[in-house]
Amino acid sequence: MTASQIIFLLVAIVTLGSALMVVASRNLVHAALWLVSTLFGVAIIYALLNAGFLAVVQVVVYIGAIATLFIFAVMLTRRDQLEGGVQLNSGWWLGALIAVLTFGGLFGMFQSWSGFSKTATDIPSGFDAVGQLGSALTSPVGFVLPFEVASVLLLAALVGAVYIAFNRK
Amino acid sequence: MNEWLYIGLFFIVGLIIPVGAIGMAWMMGPKKSNPIKMTTYECGIETVGDSWVQFKAQYYIFALVFLVFDVETVFLFPWAVRLGQQGLFAVLEGIVFISILIAGLVYTWRKGMLEWA
Amino acid sequence: MNFWNDPLKIAADWLVSILTGWGMPAVAAGVLVAFLGTLLFISLLMVLDIFLVWLERKVVARFQDRLGPNRVGPFGLIQPFADIIKLMIKEDTTPAGADRVVYNIAPMLSMMSVLILWAIVPLAPVIFGVDLNVGLLYIVAAGAISTLSIIMAGWSSNNKFATIGAFRQVAVMVSFEIPMVAMLLIPTIFARTMGMNGIVQAQNIWYVILSPLGALIFLIAAIAELGRAPFDMAEGESELVSGYNIEYSGMKFGMFYAGELLHALTFGGFLAILFFGGYRFFGLEKVSPFLAVIILLGKALIGYWVIMWVKYTMMRIRIDHMLAFNWKFLTPLSFVLLMVTALMNALLRETSGWLYPISMFLSNVLVAWIALEIARSHSRRERAKVTGVKAVEVAPH
Repeated sequence: MTASQIIFLLVAIVTLGSALMVVASRNLVHAALWLVSTLFGVAIIYALLNAGFLAVVQVVVYIGAIATLFIFAVMLTRRDQLEGGVQLNSGWWLGALIAVLTFGGLFGMFQSWSGFSKTATDIPSGFDAVGQLGSALTSPVGFVLPFEVASVLLLAALVGAVYIAFNRK
Repeated sequence: MNEWLYIGLFFIVGLIIPVGAIGMAWMMGPKKSNPIKMTTYECGIETVGDSWVQFKAQYYIFALVFLVFDVETVFLFPWAVRLGQQGLFAVLEGIVFISILIAGLVYTWRKGMLEWA
Repeated sequence: MNFWNDPLKIAADWLVSILTGWGMPAVAAGVLVAFLGTLLFISLLMVLDIFLVWLERKVVARFQDRLGPNRVGPFGLIQPFADIIKLMIKEDTTPAGADRVVYNIAPMLSMMSVLILWAIVPLAPVIFGVDLNVGLLYIVAAGAISTLSIIMAGWSSNNKFATIGAFRQVAVMVSFEIPMVAMLLIPTIFARTMGMNGIVQAQNIWYVILSPLGALIFLIAAIAELGRAPFDMAEGESELVSGYNIEYSGMKFGMFYAGELLHALTFGGFLAILFFGGYRFFGLEKVSPFLAVIILLGKALIGYWVIMWVKYTMMRIRIDHMLAFNWKFLTPLSFVLLMVTALMNALLRETSGWLYPISMFLSNVLVAWIALEIARSHSRRERAKVTGVKAVEVAPH
């Protein structure tokens, strides 16, 4: 086993363990903090894959913005509304069944995929990943339309959020 | 070697140093705890209730607006890196991108969602 | 190549050769040497941090017409060490009802979020931790961890002051992150890279000349990001007593305090790197890497001094005013400036001589002037509304 495999396994165990704690934790703020741990684990996996830009974006967007949003949302509730109650509802076996089937299906599919036995080729030195991404987003033959559509999507998200908040007032 | 390894080392060492400092202080300091000493500080009278008070919804609104603009700026970084090579076309593309989002900010503003009250 | 031209690489190679001579595999030796180097670098930072405590106290004393620490050692230089001993032998308290684990992790994360920033700071052309090609976003990512540590500290203390202080501070931090990130895009446009070293290398003209307004907005947003006065909602001594760190004592409080000072110096350094040429100073950086480190630290200390100057001169601003200032003034202004900069840069990039810097400078001045005129007429209208009526507003929590 190589060093990077050991690091990957450790990170994967922490990520999955934290993900389990997100749903198992009774305290909502704890659940949010475990979620941060999960998302950070994913960022480390991106970094291990040499996807530096994605790793940093993962931290900026998910830990910087989404986790903060979650914690603010949790603080809108009151503690006495949260405590007690059962953690599982009557449909738990259905969820478990779907999870097992999805895992089994993916496992079966990946069994026949040859990509697992290959090692990734090294990125040539001096390869400017962010620059390539920038070229793809800006050049007329690249992804200009999706870039602009992303902006419209963000606008829609903002308008939707404001609309919901406005009506509640 | 992967440059992120060095970043990882900085994370590890950056955690070891404060853990060491706090651990040393914990070992050296006295441990004479009593219930009165461990009460929460609150201007001289007993604390009522716990700190999980219900917060204003406005915090949530600001976090939502922030989230949208945060994602936007993430898109703009690769754009800015290659701005020099693509000339005016890329600039206009970016201006359209930013203008659409500023329209969102103006909408939020006009709806009164940026008021703290 | 000798030691004085590339000290980091020579020292590392020498250590690796010794370790491999002892029979250690090359990769393990490389990692061990990198670890030791990081440990040494961060230890030096902590020593610097100790002197920052002295510096801060001395400077605030001069601003307030006092002497500051002057009893222990020459100019009170040993005072910070006495402070550390005091912090060490203080009792480590955890308030009743606090969330123990989260409460203890928060100060460590707070310190870590500052220390990891130094991984990408180019101290000299050849002395830096990593020259990440996503360096500027890395700064924002480290800021996210710092935000998280404040939420954790405030929430876990089980104290209403701490929770309110933390939430206010986080609202301010996330809000001012938008103009800050927009201003990070301006050096990116000029230098065509997000790597810190690349930005310094590309600054044949300091970017503060090309974008003075950008540097100013970055400074304002950085002060808010640091949570220092006039944006110190987290502390708010007069209303929240001490804010998010109210329940912390001893070394755990020390971590927050030292973290704040080092954070301020770090952002002084970022201001120097992004807008004031980093380690470059009329070719002096080419003489010796050690001179370059001194130049960068000097510029960082000047930036730090400006941040202190603002802190000890301005009054704290109320949170609703602060957020309105950000969302209704700073954010639109920074995006307009970004668009103007991108457009001017594309149009004038190819022109030679002084036309490019002068027109960039003037366009910045124009944008700033128009923005201030709009703000002035707006404030006149607002003032006209409340004339005659005694404006009593209640700041909600």
